Amino acid sequence: MRERRARPLQRAAAAALAWAPLLALGALVARALRTLPADEDAGLADAALDSLALSGLEHPVTAVLMSYRAYDTLLEIAVLFLAMLGVWSLARAPSLPAAPPGLVLQFLNQLLVPFLLLFAGFLLWAGSRAPGGAFQAGAVLAAAGVLVTLSGTATPRVPRALHRVLLLLGLGAFLVTGVVTAAAGGGFLALRAPAAKAVILAIEAAASLSIGLGLLAIFRGGRPRAGAGGEAP
Amino acid sequence: MTPPELFALAGVALFVAGLDGLIRRAHLLRRILALNIMSSGVFLVIAGLAKRGADGMPDPVPHALVITGIVVSVAVTGLALALMLRVAAATGSAELPDVRPE
Repeated sequence: MRERRARPLQRAAAAALAWAPLLALGALVARALRTLPADEDAGLADAALDSLALSGLEHPVTAVLMSYRAYDTLLEIAVLFLAMLGVWSLARAPSLPAAPPGLVLQFLNQLLVPFLLLFAGFLLWAGSRAPGGAFQAGAVLAAAGVLVTLSGTATPRVPRALHRVLLLLGLGAFLVTGVVTAAAGGGFLALRAPAAKAVILAIEAAASLSIGLGLLAIFRGGRPRAGAGGEAP
Repeated sequence: MTPPELFALAGVALFVAGLDGLIRRAHLLRRILALNIMSSGVFLVIAGLAKRGADGMPDPVPHALVITGIVVSVAVTGLALALMLRVAAATGSAELPDVRPE
C-alpha cells in the first residue's frame, strides 16, 4: 500500500492546482458582473411598479410572487411538497427521546409558541403591503412546530386524513384557482384587481399552513408513525 | 465600489468556496453544507444586483427570485439529508469511498 500522507510540497501543489481554476472562475464571474448596466433603467423595477394597481396588491415583491410570476410560486410549493414526499419515502420518522424537557426549553415554549403563531398570522396579513407573505409565515409556523417537537412535551396529534389534506391545501388552492381563472377565459392564474387581493390572501393562507407543515415534516426526517388519535405532524 | 457590488463580489467568493467543498470533500454532510454555501453566494449576488442604480427602490423581481430560491434550497437540503442518512444506514458511513487507483 502506498504511503497515504503526501509531503507538504505535494499538498501545497495539489491545493494550488485545485484552486487555480476556481479562482479563475470567480474572477470571470466578478468581471462579468461589473460589465452589467448600472443605470436607472436597468432591471424590472419600473415595470413591476407600473402594474401594481392591476395586481390588487401594494407591495411589489408580493405582487411578483403571487401575481406576475404566480406560476413560479405554484411550482415552488410543488417542489417543497415533492421533497417532503421524498423524505417520507426514504424513512420512518425517528422517535424522539422521551426525556423531560429542561426548564429553559419549557419556559421558552410557553413564551414563544403563542407569539410565533400570532406573528405568522401577522406576516401573512402584512404581506400585501409590506415585507412578509406566505413563505415567511410558513417558516415561522414551522419554527413553532420544531420547538414543540424538540421539547418532547405531548406533541399534538391530528387525524391522519386531516394532516394530509392540510399538507396539500396550498398546492390544491393554487391549482383550483388556476383552473377556475383559465375556465373563466382569463388564462391560468390570471388574477386581476379588485378580486385579486382576496383570492391571493386566501391562497397565501392555505399555502402558509401547507408550507409550515411541509417544512416540519421534512424536519421530522421521515413519514409519521400512526398512533392513537392520529399522527404527529 | 458601491455596497451592492460588494455584496455581489462577496457572493461570488462564497460560491467559489462552496464549489471547492462540493468537489473536494468526501463526506456527504460537508457536500450538503458546501451546496448551501454556494446557494447563499448565488442569493447574495442576485440580491446585490437588485439595487444597482444610484437611488430609487431596489428591483423587486430578483428579491422574489431569491425568496423562491431559499425555499427550494431548504427543500433540497432536507431531501439530501434524508438521502445521506439512508446512505449511512446502508453502507455504515456517510463518507464517499476513495476511488484513487492504487
